[in-house]
Amino acid sequence: MATDIIIHDKKDNVGVVVIEKISPKQDCACWIMEDDSSTHIQSLDEIPLGHKIAMVDLNEGDTILKYGHDIGKVVKSIKKGEHVHVHNVKTKKW
Amino acid sequence: MEIPKSFLGYKRENGRAGTRNHVIILPVDDISNACAEAVANNIKGTIALPHSYGRLQFGADLELHFRTMIGTGCNPNVAAVIVIGIEPKWTKKIVDGIAKTGKPVEGFHIERTGDIGTTMKASKKAQEFVMWASEKQREECPLSDLWISVKCGESDTTSGLAANPTVGNLMDKLEPLGVHLCFGETSELTGAEQVCATRGATKEASEKFMKTWSSYNDFILKEATDDLSESQPTAGNIAGGLTTIEEKAFGNFQKIGNCKFIDVLEPAEEPTKGNGLYFMDTSSAAAECVTLQAAAGFNIHLFPTGQGNIVGNPIEPVVKLTANPLTVKGMGEHIDCDVSKILSREMNLSEAGDELIKTTLRVANGRLTCAEALGHKEFVMTKLYRSA
Repeated sequence: MATDIIIHDKKDNVGVVVIEKISPKQDCACWIMEDDSSTHIQSLDEIPLGHKIAMVDLNEGDTILKYGHDIGKVVKSIKKGEHVHVHNVKTKKW
Repeated sequence: MEIPKSFLGYKRENGRAGTRNHVIILPVDDISNACAEAVANNIKGTIALPHSYGRLQFGADLELHFRTMIGTGCNPNVAAVIVIGIEPKWTKKIVDGIAKTGKPVEGFHIERTGDIGTTMKASKKAQEFVMWASEKQREECPLSDLWISVKCGESDTTSGLAANPTVGNLMDKLEPLGVHLCFGETSELTGAEQVCATRGATKEASEKFMKTWSSYNDFILKEATDDLSESQPTAGNIAGGLTTIEEKAFGNFQKIGNCKFIDVLEPAEEPTKGNGLYFMDTSSAAAECVTLQAAAGFNIHLFPTGQGNIVGNPIEPVVKLTANPLTVKGMGEHIDCDVSKILSREMNLSEAGDELIKTTLRVANGRLTCAEALGHKEFVMTKLYRSA
């Protein structure tokens, strides 16, 4: 089955859409690069190529992990399957 | 894949090898651009490198100006150089710096002669140089004569997933073969700086990196009027799915694969600790960064892009790669190496790295890059502060 979402690291709580877009309620196939494992997630939003999807429920103040590392903080709670971007995540730097 | 042991390059007087054979007309300062461009217009096969600075600079900023000018002339992709400045002293300083390589170089100053007289004298010499250079032949050079610089631009999440790791894979494969490698973009390592510091080959290299990054970060914090949300990530980065500078930084960092850097270079500083990976303190703006790396002597550049940066350089060929299928589809004329099949998992990282090595060697052997064919010659000096 084709891969819809790639996740860098097992620790990550977000994945990246690698097809042109995913639609709401789509059952998406995810591939975790680090250990070559697979998982599934149902999307809640339409998410375009290159944008991130939440793999778990996230609360305000939580840390987003990608590449297994801290890439910013949640500023508005995010449900599993929702679009993760500048509207709900901010840098911890600058 | 068996990696070829050699490429066809131009052997230079100082033992370096070029992937190109340019004769350049180098203006010392902004007001000498017109004369330099007139010479390049007269004499076919030469290129002028106009820029915006070179007057009333002082201190470290002036040193960087001279280092960039002299380094550009010294680059092995340059066969011979005409230097044109308004005054004799700074013109001579640059000529003398380039002459140490043993390549033909001659300087002209405009004061007391004017543009027309200077253009005539410089054109005669430029004609002599370009006809001499035109007889140079490519010869077999060891792969270790490649000095490869890297920088990414208009990045998106596909850069960190695939295009940048492809460059990292190339580094992992070519570093043991004795090439020089260089990455930069000090500000775009923000968020990944601690992880990057652990990749110093020595304690000194790690400490030097942290000192360099902290100094750049302090400068950004001092000058920033907001959270830099209009600049880092850029609007293009955000459209491509990158949310924060930290995410961009970890993507950026994939370009060095598993290599460790042996030293930290000043902007445009030539590496002197032998083959291996170097970090250079540079801006993250594409043309500025590539100009500095070319001035440090790097002779071929790899540029992964997500949304489609189109930058080129007048003397260092810039090889573009992308993993974003929409970028390949929409602006394929800018892409030298398409690794978008990594996303659909029809290609693995090692296969992509091999493809990039093949493309790099074709370009080193003389194939024009997309940026060269499209006429991209961005030569952008880095300026540290206001002139006096």
